[in-house]
Amino acid sequence: MNRFLLPLVAVVIMIPIMILGLQSDPSKLPSQYIGKPAPEFSLPTLMDPSKTFSTADLKGQISLVNIWATWCGGCRTEHGFLMELARTNTIPIYAIDWRDKRPEALNFMNQLGNPYVASGFDEDGRVGIDWGAYGAPETFLIDADGIVVYRFTGPLNRALWEQEFVPRIAELQE
Amino acid sequence: MIPEIGHFALILALALAACQAVLPLLGAHRDDAALMSVARYATFGHFLFVAISFVCLTIAFLSDDFSVLYVANHSQLALPTQYKISAVWSAHEGSLLMWILLLAGWTAAVAQFRSDMPDKLVARVIGVLGLLSIGFLLFALLTSNPFDRLIPAAMDGGDLNPLLQDPGLAIHPPLLYVGYVGFSVAFAFAIAAMLSGDLDENWARWTRPWTVVAWLFLTMGIALGSWWAYYELGWGGWWFWDPVENASFMPWLMGTALIHSLAVTERRGLFKSWTLLLAISTFSLSLLGTFLVRSGIIVSVHAFATDPTRGFFILAFLAVVVIGALALYAWRAPALDSTAGFNAASRETFLLLNNVLLVVATTLVLLGTLAPLIVEMLNGGKISIGPPWFEVAFLIPMIPLVFLMGFGMHTAWRKQNEGVWFKVLKIPAIAAIVIGVVLPLLFYGRVSLMLVVGCTAAVWVVATALVQPYRSWRRKDGAAGITRSALGMSIAHLGMGLFVLGATIVSAFGIESDRAMRIGETLEVADLQFQLRELREVQGPNYTAIEAVVEVRDGAEFIATVRPQKRQYLVQKNWMTEAGIHPTWNKDLFIALGDQLGDGSWSVRIQYKPMIRFLWIGAFVMALGGMVSVSDRRYRKSKK
Repeated sequence: MNRFLLPLVAVVIMIPIMILGLQSDPSKLPSQYIGKPAPEFSLPTLMDPSKTFSTADLKGQISLVNIWATWCGGCRTEHGFLMELARTNTIPIYAIDWRDKRPEALNFMNQLGNPYVASGFDEDGRVGIDWGAYGAPETFLIDADGIVVYRFTGPLNRALWEQEFVPRIAELQE
Repeated sequence: MIPEIGHFALILALALAACQAVLPLLGAHRDDAALMSVARYATFGHFLFVAISFVCLTIAFLSDDFSVLYVANHSQLALPTQYKISAVWSAHEGSLLMWILLLAGWTAAVAQFRSDMPDKLVARVIGVLGLLSIGFLLFALLTSNPFDRLIPAAMDGGDLNPLLQDPGLAIHPPLLYVGYVGFSVAFAFAIAAMLSGDLDENWARWTRPWTVVAWLFLTMGIALGSWWAYYELGWGGWWFWDPVENASFMPWLMGTALIHSLAVTERRGLFKSWTLLLAISTFSLSLLGTFLVRSGIIVSVHAFATDPTRGFFILAFLAVVVIGALALYAWRAPALDSTAGFNAASRETFLLLNNVLLVVATTLVLLGTLAPLIVEMLNGGKISIGPPWFEVAFLIPMIPLVFLMGFGMHTAWRKQNEGVWFKVLKIPAIAAIVIGVVLPLLFYGRVSLMLVVGCTAAVWVVATALVQPYRSWRRKDGAAGITRSALGMSIAHLGMGLFVLGATIVSAFGIESDRAMRIGETLEVADLQFQLRELREVQGPNYTAIEAVVEVRDGAEFIATVRPQKRQYLVQKNWMTEAGIHPTWNKDLFIALGDQLGDGSWSVRIQYKPMIRFLWIGAFVMALGGMVSVSDRRYRKSKK
């Protein structure tokens, strides 16, 4: 083939990928677990490796599971809001610290505060993959039976919380 | 009324952009001087009306006109005046308007400073830029009108994102955009050359200064962005491989390749089709960056709000521009290609290697940026690529690039006499190896393979860059002995060396320490004592802050008082870290204040960043090199 055509061919291949990318808006990716029980896991906690955080902890109350990491910019962005949310005691926030390094994660908690009831330390990222994490941060809403109700990708803030989570939580509480 | 004038001016600008696009291109095709002469006036008119529109939006901000949706969302009564101005380009609609203004500005500059370019080339370049303007104006008017009204008007605005209330960020986007948009000129020159079928040494001489100016602004814009992230985000890092950072970095890498390829095209008439392809790619990557940032396709800290219509519009525009340009390339470039070969030991070889390595680096960054997207498309699996991948992948082409740079500078066009290499490069090579090993050992007491590689590379580039200016200075004939072009090249390479040195040292010896601190307590980091003297409340115009006063001492010697703050902005209620930094030429002491802990102490992050200033100084020296090289006399011939 004519080598001068190669760049054109490459771009023509790229364009449909971009179109698909636009349609699968990352913040609207449905989780395959919605309506199903949260994926089973058991992780050592970040703060105290001798303790564990597992699927069993998610039963008996409506809760949030936030997937985060220190290398993720969006996680820092949403951290202030999570702190605020934790102070209001509306809902327990659990976390999976995804593919992170423990000293850095502990520094992060020290510096910015710890909004989490418990943070599972998922060093090799297995649990994150089981949960279908696309990229941190992601936040899952789990009902009292441990069923995934909703998944939100990207940094949370107050407006998004009011819009996406508050009505769903109200529905669950009925 | 003012917003309506702004809106109307934008519509008139679109009409003039259409004239600017169609008539000169038609004129050049038909060889009609009258039609071609429209180019200049349509361009000035187009620029004038976009400027009016931009001024109207600025007035809306300055007069707190919260009946304009964009103003209501991004400003507030108590916002300091300078930030009311920078708020104009703080979000999608306004920054798009700025993009349009800069595109019109670059076009007007081409019309004004045309040097000795023939009328046909000018007409074609301006026509192509007009086509691009039409696309962007339609984008603004159809999907992103900054003058949309909010009825009923808001009493007060939602405030500018506090992260953006900072002098560094006020000027970072304009500089970045001047660079981004400026690559459209190189693109237009490439299209014009393919339309006419004329691509000679003069074409490269005309294209070079425009490309270098765009490149030097992009260099400064990226450096400022990195500096801003360093002190404003409070993380103490300087580059995060965030998709939006990559979006500005890819055109920079490609643009750097383009500058070097243009040198070969001008001096030797080689690499013609390659230069064209690089010019198209550089601007296409600028457009791709815009697409990534504004479509919400990739999650990022600084991506603009998601809006699928906008995403589709930019994608369609991107597709038309890139496919159109590459189709033209596939059709016309074969005829322009130069088949002449060149000697292996020649500057041409080194510039080819430079090009290949830079294109590889760009491709790696592009792959890393798009990988999550592509993998998801292929098998639905979800991956995430973080900084660790980029740090390894990027160094693979970069290390040889930096070492080859020193040779390339001292290699003659056509054929190098190998003996000269030895004579000229002997001293820099010895200096690089000796200093590269001794410097880390002596000052920081530690050495590793990467450190030696980094320091040796840095000293090597600095030393080889200084050889030519030093020799011409020794010959006592001063500036006459070295052309501005060559001097600019030496300065830019010197900047690169300084940058590599800073990056190496700060990555290896930077210290970050997060501790809890009480008032009166002293901590020791990097052999310095940090004492928290007091905490007090400070009232800003639109925020309240807690300020820590930290005294830094080295034994008995007082070094500095540093005042980090934690600010709460009154409207958006979020807390922002304002780091306290004590900068000196060879190190930064960086203190950021965290939260109050349960026992009354405060979490504090203390960082010691040796030579971090070299990163930004290096980048600005590179930009300075660009400025010196465009001042070369041969670019300023006037039309005979």
